[in-house]
Amino acid sequence: MKDLAERVMRGEQRAIARLITHAENSSPIAAEAMGRLHSSSGRAQVIGITGVMGAGKSTLIAEIAMEYRRKGRTVGIIAIDPTSPFSGGALLGDRIRMMSITSDPEIFIRSMGTRGMLGGLTGAVYDVVEILDAAGKDVIIVETVGVGQAEVDIIKIADTTVVVTVPGLGDSIQAFKAGIMEIADIFVVNKADRPGFERIMAELSSMVEISHMPGERGVPIVPTVAKEQEGVSELVDEIDAHQAFLKQSTAFEEHRRRRYEAELVEIVRKRLMNLIFDESVFKERIEKLVERIYAKETDPYSAAQEILTTVLK
Amino acid sequence: MEGKIRVLVAKPGLDGHDRGAKVVARALRDAGMEVIYTGLHQTAEMIVNTALQEDVDVVGLSLLSGAHMTLFRDVTKILKERDMIDVLVVGGGIIPEEDVPGLKEAGVNGVFGPGTPLEDIVTFIKENVKR
Ligand SMILES: Nc1nc2c(ncn2[C@@H]2O[C@H](COP(=O)(O)OP(=O)(O)OP(=O)(O)O)[C@@H](O)[C@H]2O)c(=O)[nH]1
Ligand SMILES: [Mg+2]
Repeated sequence: MKDLAERVMRGEQRAIARLITHAENSSPIAAEAMGRLHSSSGRAQVIGITGVMGAGKSTLIAEIAMEYRRKGRTVGIIAIDPTSPFSGGALLGDRIRMMSITSDPEIFIRSMGTRGMLGGLTGAVYDVVEILDAAGKDVIIVETVGVGQAEVDIIKIADTTVVVTVPGLGDSIQAFKAGIMEIADIFVVNKADRPGFERIMAELSSMVEISHMPGERGVPIVPTVAKEQEGVSELVDEIDAHQAFLKQSTAFEEHRRRRYEAELVEIVRKRLMNLIFDESVFKERIEKLVERIYAKETDPYSAAQEILTTVLK
Repeated sequence: MEGKIRVLVAKPGLDGHDRGAKVVARALRDAGMEVIYTGLHQTAEMIVNTALQEDVDVVGLSLLSGAHMTLFRDVTKILKERDMIDVLVVGGGIIPEEDVPGLKEAGVNGVFGPGTPLEDIVTFIKENVKR
């Protein structure tokens, strides 16, 4: 296993795939290999694609990937779908729309379940980005489920966040929760072939105008018909323009620093959680404490303090 | 550990029905597995490529046409060529009884005809994953 990191850096598909699994399972092998990969990562351009369910994100990503391939750049794709909170299983179906690119050896696609507890992104996503980066992929595209915390988490990982919406969502702007307006570096109105297109373009434009501060970069709105490859090269131009914009100032470096910060905090959080909850001893202990809380012999705060005292001693 | 069984459910060949494959995919998800579903018309090469990148423990092939023998064989052959011997291969669909021994010989570990209870497929996978 010692050469796993080495094989990843040589771009070997099998090694990349296996290390991603180790990272998803938080195995010690991953921790060792990730440590060795770090110095070779940081070169890739990371693009986040998020938006409402069924907006055409996967279809669009396949087209974006092909556009980058035409420019001679290699691509990694991380497609994230929600893990069922009931069974812990997941149905990962984004590849259905990426069939046209599955035979290109310079495109590596990985599907992931969120696995996380609160519907946010798992810490493993940071690792997978870093693995694909160290493996030499020039562009890494991350697709996230368009609900809840995951779509906000994406900005910590991506250099450029693209928010995809579609016509005909009823009161479309209302459907955009407060957070999502703020995370977009670029808006895409996909399915521009559908009725209601003019309306959502107008609504979005006025939203963007209202929130635009003088001196700030305006958020472009790009119409696309992903199914017909329309608007995709314009979108890629906007993505690259945003990347160039970031690099003009210290914004890019600052952004990367914040990504490492988020990753570091995530690792510590995860290790702490494992320390507290994974060991069977603690599971037993928690059961006993629950009994005592139920019997009113103690209260949740005192019980929590008891656990923390043992963990931190 | 937090490892989950990862399964690729693929639909090789040209027939256009994937209801059966979707039902199985959902059952595996409900059994706590991560199921990668790829849709219709996959070639053997595409299936193995996907299995490799997704690092799956299991490849499940669904088929409703008579072409299953060659298609199943192609998949197991390419898996072997790529040294992916630790991947469990199962097949389901309308498969005549007399074809089953040949399929097993070709490296298909489990064969499930129509009407197999979904629990049986789940149990077989859980008991036979190779890592
Ligand atoms: N009319 C129209 N349909 C499209 C367009 N782009 C994608 N679709 C269709 O929209 C449906 C959903 O596409 P996906 O790419 O799976 O959407 P998604 O956002 O990845 O979906 P989830 O991952 O499930 O949230 C598919 O049936 C696509 O064929 C488009 O530009 N116009
Ligand atoms: Mg999708």
